[in-house]
Amino acid sequence: MLVAELRGVTKRYGLVEALRGIDLSIAPGELLALLGPNGAGKTTAVRILLGLAAPTSGEATVFGHHPASRAARLRRGAVLQVARVPETLKVREHIELFSCYYPKPLPIAETIAAAGLGGIENRLFGDLSGGQKQRVLFALAICGNPDLLFLDEPTVGLDVESRRALWARIRGFVARGGSVLLTTHYLDEADALAQRVAVIDRGRIAAEGTPAEIKAQTRTSGLEDAFLAIMKENGQAPEEVLQ
Amino acid sequence: MNRVYWMEAKTELLKMARLKQYSIATVAFPLMFYCFFGLLMGSSYTQGSISLSRYALATYGAFGVMGAALYAFGAGVAVERGMGWLEVKRASPMPPAAYFVAKVVVALTFGALVVTLLFALGAIFGGVRMPLGQWLLMWSALVAGAIPFGAIGLAIGSFAGPNSAPGIVNMIYLPMGFLGGLWLPIELLPKVLQHLAPWLPSYHFGQIALAILHAPTQGSVWMHVEALAGFGLLFAGVAWIGQSHDREKVYG
Repeated sequence: MLVAELRGVTKRYGLVEALRGIDLSIAPGELLALLGPNGAGKTTAVRILLGLAAPTSGEATVFGHHPASRAARLRRGAVLQVARVPETLKVREHIELFSCYYPKPLPIAETIAAAGLGGIENRLFGDLSGGQKQRVLFALAICGNPDLLFLDEPTVGLDVESRRALWARIRGFVARGGSVLLTTHYLDEADALAQRVAVIDRGRIAAEGTPAEIKAQTRTSGLEDAFLAIMKENGQAPEEVLQ
Repeated sequence: MNRVYWMEAKTELLKMARLKQYSIATVAFPLMFYCFFGLLMGSSYTQGSISLSRYALATYGAFGVMGAALYAFGAGVAVERGMGWLEVKRASPMPPAAYFVAKVVVALTFGALVVTLLFALGAIFGGVRMPLGQWLLMWSALVAGAIPFGAIGLAIGSFAGPNSAPGIVNMIYLPMGFLGGLWLPIELLPKVLQHLAPWLPSYHFGQIALAILHAPTQGSVWMHVEALAGFGLLFAGVAWIGQSHDREKVYG
């Protein structure tokens, strides 16, 4: 049984077609990376699977349920791109609140440890560094002991050390049997973490497969070169892609 | 399920109490105004048959509750909606109503705090004496006012942008307080402004509190209750439209 699925999904915002017929599925225990330049439709696909946006046509399911249903929400967690999080709450208070939304959350101490927040759990969110803030968002995503995680560009703006540490935590989640949909435009991130990569460009899936398959398809050695080759085939200038 | 509502309300209270621009401003401003107009200037002045220290207890109580509700909803919801935090909550299994119930609890709690402190000032320094039943009735009427003004705040918060919302609330709160007769007795305002007042929910709120004090009021108290309830329902409807506009992105 599939963990999450998009079937023939299109999404139009006014005149803009953000998604033009996308098929995507995530299997149990799999980390799927959704790669693509800015504005390709990655975040729209995630928002549809989170029930925050409705597809214009096509169908989206999470564990066989409607993405906005309570049954779907109880089994997933998400790190979204959020500009501001309430700053006058302590780390522990944020985690305690989100944990109580779920029937069988992880023990608070376990969430704190799994997200690497030991020692700063009594600090106010507003007093944390960028990397620590991102770890709190990760903690809120995993505190309900979900089977599926959505990570929408979770390492943007983090330094190398924080990025690697978050990678380790994501791997830990997958090792315990969880599934992940990760969107990123860091190709090394997809290469390091993903079992499967889907390259999305202007609302369509341009390529899909294991990182090795994608490199082989495009006869390139690195995922970055493969990505550029795919974009070029689709008629985009490399400078545009790299921006 | 009840635990979720309790936790949401408790967390929201902690969050807002620590947010000094909210907690200090909503409590300190009405108290300060009352000290100036109600206590310092009001000890010798009377409005109708009652002292200004008593009169101003009703109007600044109304002013304080209005502020607590407008800022908790207006600014709070707009910022969380515009900055993506509400989406994080909506993607989680939080029951959607819990978010709004928590904000109501905050508005009621801070409203109750302002009114209680004002009453203490009035009783201790303003020499205001009333039968207990009258104190309680006025306290309840003032605190309950947080609900219609919460609806007005929510309507603002559902449409305003995160950066403009606090300014919009200021632009509505302060003039509405003044023009509704909550700063100075309405009878002291120019006639033109007095005719404008019945179009403001703040005016009706002030008149209800004044009626409980047996201060001179305009029209019957039930007319004011109906008007205030009408404003509350109207803006609850506007807020509903704004919120379902957000939800439409989901189900539309």
